Parts: sequence; structure tokens; C-alpha cells
Amino acid sequence: MQEQLKKAYDNIGLPRLIIISFFLLMLFLAAPLGLNVLSLLGDTLRRWAMYGVLVLAMVPAIQSGIGPNFAISLGIVCGLLGATISIELGISNQWAAMGTAMLLGAIMATVLGILYGLLLNNVKGSEMTVSTYVGFSIIAFMNILWLTLPFKDGNLIWPIGKVGMRNTISLSESFGLLLNNTWGFTIGKSGTGLYVPTGLILFFLFACVLMWLFMRSKTGIALSAAGSSPAFTRASGINVNKMRIIGTAISTALGAVGIIAYAQSYGFLQLYNAPLWMGFHCVAAVLIGGATTKRASIANVIIGTFLFQGILAVALPVVNQLLPESNLPDVIRLIISNGIILYAISKTKGDK
Amino acid sequence: MSAQYLLNMQNISKEYDGNLVLKNVTLQVKPGEIHALVGENGAGKSTLMNILFGMPVIHTTGGFEGSVEINGEQANIDSPNKAIDFGIGMVHQEFMLIPGFTVTENIKIGREISHPSLLSHIFGKELETLDLEQMAQDARTALSTIGLNIEEYVKVAGLPVGYMQFIEIAREIDKTGLKLLVFDEPTAVLTESEAERLLKIMKKIAAKGIAIIFITHRLSEVMEYADSMTVLRDGELITRKEVKDTSIVEIAELMIGRKVEKLVDLEDDTRSFAEQSVALALKNFHVDMPGERVRGVDLEIYKGEIFGIGGLAGQGKIGIPNGIMGLYESQGTVEVFGKKLDLNKLGNALTNSIAFVSEDRRGVGLLLDESIELNIAFSAMQVKNEFLHNFGPIKLLDKKRMRQHALDMIKLLDIRCTGPTQKVGSLSGGNQQKVCLARALTMNPDILIVSEPTRGIDIGAKKLVLEYLVKLNREQGTTIVVVSSELVELRSLCDRIAIVSGGKISAIIEPDAPDAEFGLAMAAG
Repeated sequence: MQEQLKKAYDNIGLPRLIIISFFLLMLFLAAPLGLNVLSLLGDTLRRWAMYGVLVLAMVPAIQSGIGPNFAISLGIVCGLLGATISIELGISNQWAAMGTAMLLGAIMATVLGILYGLLLNNVKGSEMTVSTYVGFSIIAFMNILWLTLPFKDGNLIWPIGKVGMRNTISLSESFGLLLNNTWGFTIGKSGTGLYVPTGLILFFLFACVLMWLFMRSKTGIALSAAGSSPAFTRASGINVNKMRIIGTAISTALGAVGIIAYAQSYGFLQLYNAPLWMGFHCVAAVLIGGATTKRASIANVIIGTFLFQGILAVALPVVNQLLPESNLPDVIRLIISNGIILYAISKTKGDK
Repeated sequence: MSAQYLLNMQNISKEYDGNLVLKNVTLQVKPGEIHALVGENGAGKSTLMNILFGMPVIHTTGGFEGSVEINGEQANIDSPNKAIDFGIGMVHQEFMLIPGFTVTENIKIGREISHPSLLSHIFGKELETLDLEQMAQDARTALSTIGLNIEEYVKVAGLPVGYMQFIEIAREIDKTGLKLLVFDEPTAVLTESEAERLLKIMKKIAAKGIAIIFITHRLSEVMEYADSMTVLRDGELITRKEVKDTSIVEIAELMIGRKVEKLVDLEDDTRSFAEQSVALALKNFHVDMPGERVRGVDLEIYKGEIFGIGGLAGQGKIGIPNGIMGLYESQGTVEVFGKKLDLNKLGNALTNSIAFVSEDRRGVGLLLDESIELNIAFSAMQVKNEFLHNFGPIKLLDKKRMRQHALDMIKLLDIRCTGPTQKVGSLSGGNQQKVCLARALTMNPDILIVSEPTRGIDIGAKKLVLEYLVKLNREQGTTIVVVSSELVELRSLCDRIAIVSGGKISAIIEPDAPDAEFGLAMAAG
């Protein structure tokens, strides 16, 4: 019995135990403070699935040896561009609109990801730093494009001046909440109960299955080996640099698909500086899930995203209740989310 | 009388984890003499020098037995700083210089000359002003002693490799009170003319009364420059001789001579080499592998034979297989059964039915974090598309077949493990080597190249691995190339043995040839 417990403990690891305890503590505090626990859990579930694909994008990057992909914003802006083009085209069918957005985004992201992979092959050893700055730079670059691209659709551009895109673009007329509402249902009373966004969860899990299959394919195994031991992989006649490029491209493409899944659940596209810190959130989630900067699994993604987003969803309302009538919600949001990121990054070496 | 010796190390014994690596070794060096320390790899030379320098690796593993006397007085050297205090210096094989510093700064590092200044009165000695002029002058003197004509103010980065070695020497002789200087294979990385110059400088230093211990694999250098020598073999002192009383052949014999013990029980040899068709041919083959450079090798290996490649470390024997496999840049031609390999194409050797077991087991040979079964199947899967389900262009892992194959291999090679899913990182050295071998065998190669097959594995596993190679050769007719530092191993296994020296083949020898012949071939060049 004791041995089994110890084994279970070794499998879970101390950092996850701490985070799980914190999550449960917040949940137990919620009810006495008069918060609706069911809706908090619903929130957790929704955020888990909506961030899932973005976090999943870390897996091919880490496995191929480039480390956590802080430059996931590269894929994100491609996804946003794909979505805006899809709206501009005025596709009336919701599914077609979302499919077009994902496809366009993924294609652009793949091209960009290949170029970015070429760059990373030239900076081996400092990928984390370089990717952080590439992630920041692309946002700045896209800020210029968002202002100057010749979009015409009234939903996209500023109503006054008719030039430049809006900060936030509502998806209510295109594919907003499309996945969330597919086969969605409520546990408990409508409005206050736990809403299960079945379609979104299925979409996330489907992406996980595809990734799992890819990791078992010939290319996937070679890609994992390239990240684990470049010398070994070369000795088996595999081009390590090519594998790193494949990993980067897939990661970036997943970023594009992921942001669309995210945006449809949120109901809005957020342009300009909104995706600036998303890379950090994704990296933190996968690290909290037990990944290291060298190895990551799909289980790490599923667990890590749930814990990271769960804490954000539950802890914030709880803390706001504990400090009533303060003007601190936003400050506290920053402290908690960055605190978790800091904690996760301090665990980059793994925790065994 | 021991007083005549500057350094007198008496009856030194040392063991690592129950392995006796030095047995009652005595090393004596007179002032002003160049004393050569020779022996094969693993003979105990570095351990002896580590003891002399009081390296932590000695004292954290239980110390050593025996006594060290310097100038007739008992010396208790338990840290490298103590060694420096006793006037012992070392010129390292890898240069310990700071590239961004000037020559002067490198020579004077840690021993800077300084004056008190305002800041140092307040904050202590660390902030004294450097006397750059005096330092430069000292550096100048040291450099001119060894006849190196460079400005003392240039930065070390970008200087030719040979110069760095000289700066190391200048640093050592600049130390006041230097009595004994150790050169650890100083000529291994130098060109011929640089080596000659270095050896002349060594003579000059010795003429000043400084004793020199000279570790080298090149016996011709010993003959020409050393006054006396100590030969070690397998951790034992073989002899101490004056160089003028000996010859290259004798040194070579002393160094490697030992009875050829049978490592494998050979089965009846029913092979015939009547046709003598060439399996692997190298022509003017160069490999740019750091530390193991190959400089123009011509070699023909026949189908069905076990061919050995031996030689001392750093001479290039390891470079040959690594070049063939495309792991390091190479030039020249490699033909496999008459077909030319494209050396620039990674994995071309693999697709031409050559398999390789690397000497760098943990780095190149294995995926330490992965399971035994994946390690065994990996190369065959990637190169020959085995162990895969095909769904059109999508190829997915066939776990069932991979598992079955791993179980077969575990049985065949007697890999001791908890099961095919155990991570190879947690296996013992011998079992890891068996996994490497299993992966190569899974490729079903016509030519199998094994590099250092028994390095770091215990005697039982050693015998099994070697016997299996012979069995493979006899039963399946696989051509096998064994690259090894262990001559005994090559001689008990191979049909012919090529000795590599200075990046070239110095001789191809029958395994039962006399020891001296091997020794000479190893020392050539």
C-alpha cells in the first residue's frame, strides 16, 4: 500500500500536488464565500478546452528539440489573419467560415513555421531566448499590418475613418461559440449550472488523438529522437535539422488552429497586443503539467492546461471575494497568472 | 639513495571501486632530466599524474597507498594548490587558456603583479592596481625563453593551435620555483614542425635544471628526446630504463607485451576465402574528426572476414568508421561491394547495408530515455521501414512486431532487463552494449562495423559480445570490422589487423605475429 502511494506520488510529482491542493483549497473556499461552484467548474472546463490546442502546440516543438515554443504568437497571428480573411470573404455557413479560417491560418503558419525553423537551426542552444523575442517581434510587425491591410468588411474595420482593424472583432455574426454550442448541455439549472461545451472538448481531444498518432508515426518517432539525442538520430541517417523544422512548423500551425478554437469560444478575435503573453501562458501550462524543456507528452498538456486554467478561473473570483470593494481584480489577476508562470518556468528542469 | 631524485614516488597503489588501477608503481625523476612515461591507454599514466597533482578525484575515492617524496622530503600533496606550491607544473593536453585575454594576462593569471592603490587600502588586496609593464616584461622573458616570437599584448583567441601550447608552457615556466613540469601528450595536436620545436624547447627547459615528465605515445620522440623512461602496463611498473640502453622495438614490446589470452572459444573455421571479393574498399580516405583525424587511408576488407583496426588513442582509428557512416566530414572514396558511397549523404552507408555500433554508447549509441524495444527497432524502422503499419503515406508504429522482435533479441543476446519497456539508461554498460548490437543486427547488415565493442563492460558480457560476433561471422557470413584499443581482443578475434598511426595505416598484421611487430606499427609516424 505504502509502495503504491509512493509510486503514485512519484508519478504526480510535488509541483502538481501543490497546485492541485491550491486548486482544491480555492474550490472549497468558494462555496462559503457565496460563489457558484458549479459555474466556476464550468468556467474551468471551458477554459481548459479553449486553451488546449494552443498548449498542445508545445508538444511537437519540445519533442523535436527546439524547446518550449514561446513564439507561438507566430502561429496565433496567422490564425487571426486567417479568421479575418474568412470574415472578409463573407462566408455565410458558420462551419465553412471556421474551416476556411483554420485552413488559411494553418497554411500561412506552416510557411512561417518553416522559415522560423530555419532560423532556430542557426541559433541552437539559445532557442528559448530567441523564440521569446521572435514572438514579441511578430506582434509588433503585425500591429503595423493590422492598421494598413486593405480590409473592407464593416465588422473588421473601425467604424469611423474606415481604415485599420478594430482591437476586438465580434464573431457573433460568423463562427462565434460554434464549437461550444455543438452538443453542449447544462448540468443543473440553466444559467447557473455547469455548462459543458461538448463540441469544443471533442475538438480538443480529437487534436490530441491526432497528435498521439503523429507521435507514433515514423516521422514522429524520428522527430522525438532528434530532440532527445541529435547524435543518435544522425547515426541512424536522419537529418536532425529537418526534424526540428517539421516540429516547429507543426507547432506553429497548431498555434493558428488553436487561436481560432480559442476565439470562437471567447466570441471575439483580439488583435494587436492581445496575443503578446499567450506564449507564456501556453509554456507555463505544459510545464505545470509535468513537461520539461526537453520532453513533453500529451498527458502533460491535458493535465497542465486544466490546472493552470482551473486556478485562474477559480482563484480570481475567490480572491476578489476575500478582498471586497477593492480595486485590485486586475492586479490580482496579473499576480496569480504571472506567479504560476514563474513557478512553472522555475520547474523547467522537471521535478523528479 | 633517494636524495638524488627530485621526485620519488614509491610503491604507489590506487584502487577505484575495488578495481586496482595502480599496483606498487614507482616513479623516479632526477633534476634536469626528461623522463618519458609510456604505456598503452589504461596503463595507469593519468592516475599516476592525478596522484602527483593531488587531484580531487583521487582523494574523494579513498586516496592512495605509497609515498611521494620531493627533494628527498616527504610531500603530502592533497590538492592541486599544494602541488603548485611544491613547484610542480603541468602543460595540459587541452589548452586551459582564456581566449579573450591577451598573452600576458594568460601567462600571469592568478599571479598578477600589483601595487597598493587608494581603493585597495579601503577594500583590500583584491583591488590593487596591476603593474602591467612588469607583467608584460615577465611574459616577454618567458616567451623568449621558449623562443616564441609573438607580441605579448595580442589576444589568445585566433592564435594557431600550436602557439597556444607554447603559451601554456610560458605560463608554467614563469612560475618561480618551478621544479617539475609534466607534459601530457603535448605533440598529439601539433603539426610536425611545431612538435619538433616544442621538443627542442623541452630540452632547453630541462637544461635549466627543471625535471620533465613527458607522456607520449610516440616512441620515436622518446628515443630522440628523453633521457630515461618508465614503462607502465595494466597498472604495473614494467621497468625503468635509461633511454640510451634501449631500442624502439624493446619499448614497444615492453609496452604491449603480454600473453595472448583466448577471449573467445573459436568454433571450427569452415570459411574459405578463395574468391577474395572485396566487401569494403577505402581509397585515400580522409576524415575530419577532432582528436581522431584520418589522413589518407587505403584499405581493402574482404567479404566474410573479421577485420581488426587497432592503434593508440588519438591516432585516427575511431575516425575511420565514423567517417564511413557519414557522422564526420570525410573525403576520398568508399566502395561497398564495388558500389561507391555518397559520403555527403547522411545515412548512405546504412542504406547500403552497413551497420555501425558506435564507441560512444551513451551519446551516439542509445536513446537513454527510451525503451529497449524502441532502441532496438529504431534504425531499421527509419532506414528500412520495418516495424510499421502502412496506411498509404502514413506510417504508424507496429508495436506488436516491435515488442516481439525485442523479446527475441533479449533472449538471443541475454540482455538482463526487467522487460522490453525498461529504459536503456538504467541498464548496465554490458547490457547497453548488447542493445546497441541488437539494433545493428536488426538492420540485417552485410557489413557490421563495431567500434570499441567491449569498452567499459564486464568480462562476462565481453566474452558474450565477442563470441556473438564470431558466431554471426561464421553462420551468416557477415563481414565484420572491429575497431578496438584492446589489442588482445583484436588478436583473439580477427583474421587480419590494421594498425593505425598518425591517421594512416602503418601495417596490416596477422593476429599471431610477434608483439614487437604490433608495437612498432603503433609507434610508427
